[in-house]
Amino acid sequence: MKRALFALPVVLVLILGGFFLWGLNPDRDPNAIPSVLIDAQAPEFALDGIPGLDTPGLAKADLSGADNPLVVNVFASWCVPCRAEHAVLTRMAREENIHLLGINYKDKPEDAVRWLDELGNPYERIGADLTGRVGIEWGISGVPETFVIDANGIVVYRFVGPILSAEDVRDMQEAIALARSRSGAGGTS
Amino acid sequence: MIRILTVLAACFLMAMPVLAVQPDEILNDPVLEERARDLSKDLRCVVCQNENIDSSHAGMARDLRILVRERLVAGDSDEEVLDFVVARYGDYVLFNPPFKPSTYALWIGPFAVMALGLLGVVLMLTRRPKKIDAKALALSEEEESAVAAMLAEDGKEGPKG
Amino acid sequence: MIPEIGNFALMLALAAALVQSVLPMVGAAQRNVLWMQSAVTTALIQCGLLAVAFAALMRSFIVSDFTVVNVVANSHSLKPMIYKVAATWGSHEGSLLLWVLILAIFGAGVAVLGKNIPAELRARTLSVQAWISVGFLSFMIFTSNPFDRMFPAPLNGNDLNPLLQDIGLALHPPLLYLGYVGFSIVFSFAVAALIEGRVDPAWARWVRPWTLAAWVSLTGGIALGSWWAYYELGWGGWWFWDPVENVSFMPWLLGTALLHSAIVTEKRDTFKSWTILLAILTFSLSLLGTFIVRSGLLTSVHAFAVDPERGVYILGLLFVSIGGSLALYAWRAPQLEGGGLFTPISREAGLLINNLLLATATAAVLFGTLYPLFLEAVTGDKISVGPPFFNASFIPIMLPLVFMMGIGPFLSWKRADLPGVMSRLKFAIGLGLIAALWAWWMDTDGPVLAIIAMGVAGWLLVASAREWLSRIKAGEVPLAESLRRAKNLPRAAHGMTIAHMGVAVLILGMVGSSAWKTEQILFASPGTVVEIAGYEVRFDRVERVRGPNYVSDMGTLTAFRDGEQVAVLQPERRWYPVAEMQTTESAIRSTLAGDLYVTIGEPAADRASNEWTLRILFEPFVNFIWIGTVFLVIGGTFSLTDRRLRVGAPKSAARPPIQATPAE
Repeated sequence: MKRALFALPVVLVLILGGFFLWGLNPDRDPNAIPSVLIDAQAPEFALDGIPGLDTPGLAKADLSGADNPLVVNVFASWCVPCRAEHAVLTRMAREENIHLLGINYKDKPEDAVRWLDELGNPYERIGADLTGRVGIEWGISGVPETFVIDANGIVVYRFVGPILSAEDVRDMQEAIALARSRSGAGGTS
Repeated sequence: MIRILTVLAACFLMAMPVLAVQPDEILNDPVLEERARDLSKDLRCVVCQNENIDSSHAGMARDLRILVRERLVAGDSDEEVLDFVVARYGDYVLFNPPFKPSTYALWIGPFAVMALGLLGVVLMLTRRPKKIDAKALALSEEEESAVAAMLAEDGKEGPKG
Repeated sequence: MIPEIGNFALMLALAAALVQSVLPMVGAAQRNVLWMQSAVTTALIQCGLLAVAFAALMRSFIVSDFTVVNVVANSHSLKPMIYKVAATWGSHEGSLLLWVLILAIFGAGVAVLGKNIPAELRARTLSVQAWISVGFLSFMIFTSNPFDRMFPAPLNGNDLNPLLQDIGLALHPPLLYLGYVGFSIVFSFAVAALIEGRVDPAWARWVRPWTLAAWVSLTGGIALGSWWAYYELGWGGWWFWDPVENVSFMPWLLGTALLHSAIVTEKRDTFKSWTILLAILTFSLSLLGTFIVRSGLLTSVHAFAVDPERGVYILGLLFVSIGGSLALYAWRAPQLEGGGLFTPISREAGLLINNLLLATATAAVLFGTLYPLFLEAVTGDKISVGPPFFNASFIPIMLPLVFMMGIGPFLSWKRADLPGVMSRLKFAIGLGLIAALWAWWMDTDGPVLAIIAMGVAGWLLVASAREWLSRIKAGEVPLAESLRRAKNLPRAAHGMTIAHMGVAVLILGMVGSSAWKTEQILFASPGTVVEIAGYEVRFDRVERVRGPNYVSDMGTLTAFRDGEQVAVLQPERRWYPVAEMQTTESAIRSTLAGDLYVTIGEPAADRASNEWTLRILFEPFVNFIWIGTVFLVIGGTFSLTDRRLRVGAPKSAARPPIQATPAE
């Protein structure tokens, strides 16, 4: 009994060490905040389109009943990584059989229009979130962020940060496939 | 990951939260304003993650501060305001973790440690003197004088700090 | 050339540490005096070589040698000289070098000053110290060499984070590390004692000055960091319960417990295995801090360049050093117990409770800091544990401790007379109550904990004073006799009184500045007058000022009290173009009653011109926090100079203290 008591510190320290080793896993990002939306309905919102652009606005109602998975990308013209991500998104919109939708986060309409003119506009719909309130509804912590949504309006996946590398694209493709399989099953899961 | 790191760098290195709460955010009602400040202090900024939104100067934090104030003006209770934010960002944003199954260990842990320690101390204190009788504890005359001599010598009696 | 010398010195230091970690240990086992002696030589050589390496790095910074990667990353030719020097320890690599240097300095200290320590214990202690050196030196050489070169050299550096270009923060790491790393020597003493299988009062007496020295430095280091945060970060807070603060605070808490438990081991030859455990754990917490700050395991304000690979290396070091020492402890400690007996009401029991509370407080901080990690590992949920948790768990543990501090020093060893003690403390109880009432009167809506805290602070202040006065029999004997007694009191006794009173003063400052702070945030154009806490503050103007490596908007405010000008305050908003960083320099008018604290923010963009954001705070009693810590430092230093503890004291210190024969 007494011996066990003296061994207690080393046992506790070893357990602690196990946690630390787990914590150092390079795939773990200590700063990542999980989204509360995963496996839940997308939040209620309704946004007008960007003034001066003929792409229609975006609302919750546009997110269900689609034939293909939806990808909602939160972007802004002032966000430098968004610029880098733009080409990847444009290609995905062309190749992946998805509906790419945009939320233009806290942007000046004229800047956003100029930005899309310059880089091209791959979005089917864009909601102009001038106040950033809808961003909060989606629980974003910055731009860019990208959500994958199935045909029932259920959020399947969230990607934080710019989609750049082949690995990022693969993650997105997996999520899109998942969304497609859920839509195909027609379940509400 | 890289983006997050740069964001963090922006928070802590580049732009110091010069002034977090801006004058134009402040409510006219001092009672509501004080509640807003207190609530903001318990909400973690999702951009500058080691600050509360009250002291963070990230744009997101400002949006949330204004949101908190709007909810309060609309008549929400403190709980309702926190629930509103948690519904969008999860428990992560609460600096004051709610008391629920996943945090029982957290809230009870320190006091359990103290209780166990106290139990140990009580056991130790009540068991030990049994082995000795009062005579053994008391100093003999010789010892008394020795102690007195020592005390006189250097004002003995062990210091504590 | 100089960086190569530094690099070479590092390698040689590693070689010296390797010899030191084997030869004396074997020598002690085989009673080979020569081999044991080698510990002294190698410890000095190691320390000298590391000093050379450190000087080489410092020189690279002073002359802005941009062929050294570390200099490029952390310095700039335009930076003021003092911050060039301070940049030596501003980075991960440089601070690691400082870490190892301090490790070696403590080793050399024992080598030089520890002549009274038995040769075997000293040889083993220095060997253990060298094990730590070997671990961290190899870590530095293989993963974080501060002397890595870069060709071609860039024309200029990236500058040190301007937040760190501050005198408070320039001095903070060396002082903090002196404490943090200083506990290593206590750890080494403990492991050496476990290897020897013997702990006696003499051991505790050799260890105590080192513990005190480390504790004093750590106290100063933490206070300096806190002070820096207070005036530099611009929102007048001095403690944020950030993981990085917590990891420096935990060794302090446990080190404080160690300081007190070592007294019992020294005076009463008991609590041995507990003292040893505390010695091991205190330094383990220092190591944990190093690990957390450098591995990026937790989200924190302050992290060096994060690199999981480094994290794994340090974790390995932790595993070997902490796991190994605690395994040794599990094996050897059961044989250590024994020694003096005592009743439930005695100084021993009092110190036992002191230790229990301090250890629990440490556990609460540790648990709160790491709980998000535990939960994430087990359930994948992410939560935050912030100031509300720490305040709710830490303060209730500390308040009884502070109350106990008032009684403890009155208790005599073995068996004490509690009613007698309490009757002598009537006055202190009364004053505690008055302090609590006063706190309540100050702010009838204030937090209850603030009122209780003020009560125990008042009680502790008076009780500590009362204890000192009764030692010198003030009022009972003629004044001259009292003075003579005061002069003859051991310095450690004065030290205790000063330190304990320091805690009371500290609480006054902490409670005052957190419970009764007032604040005004506004847009103001020149000429605006703000009223706060009895001051009238007039905002005069803002001008553009140029510094050596920054430009700043400097505001000028004049503070009046009762119509009389009392201060001119010039807060700044600085822009460092090279580092592309903005900092805020607050302007503070300090008085004992509180600080008037002004910061200036951005010009109000969407308003009619010339309006600036001002934040004006009044922090009551905040200076008592620093005054209290100064008391702690002075108290600790005073104890350190006690002739009975003096590190290099002649033989008399080596003699075990005279014991009242323990009853068996």
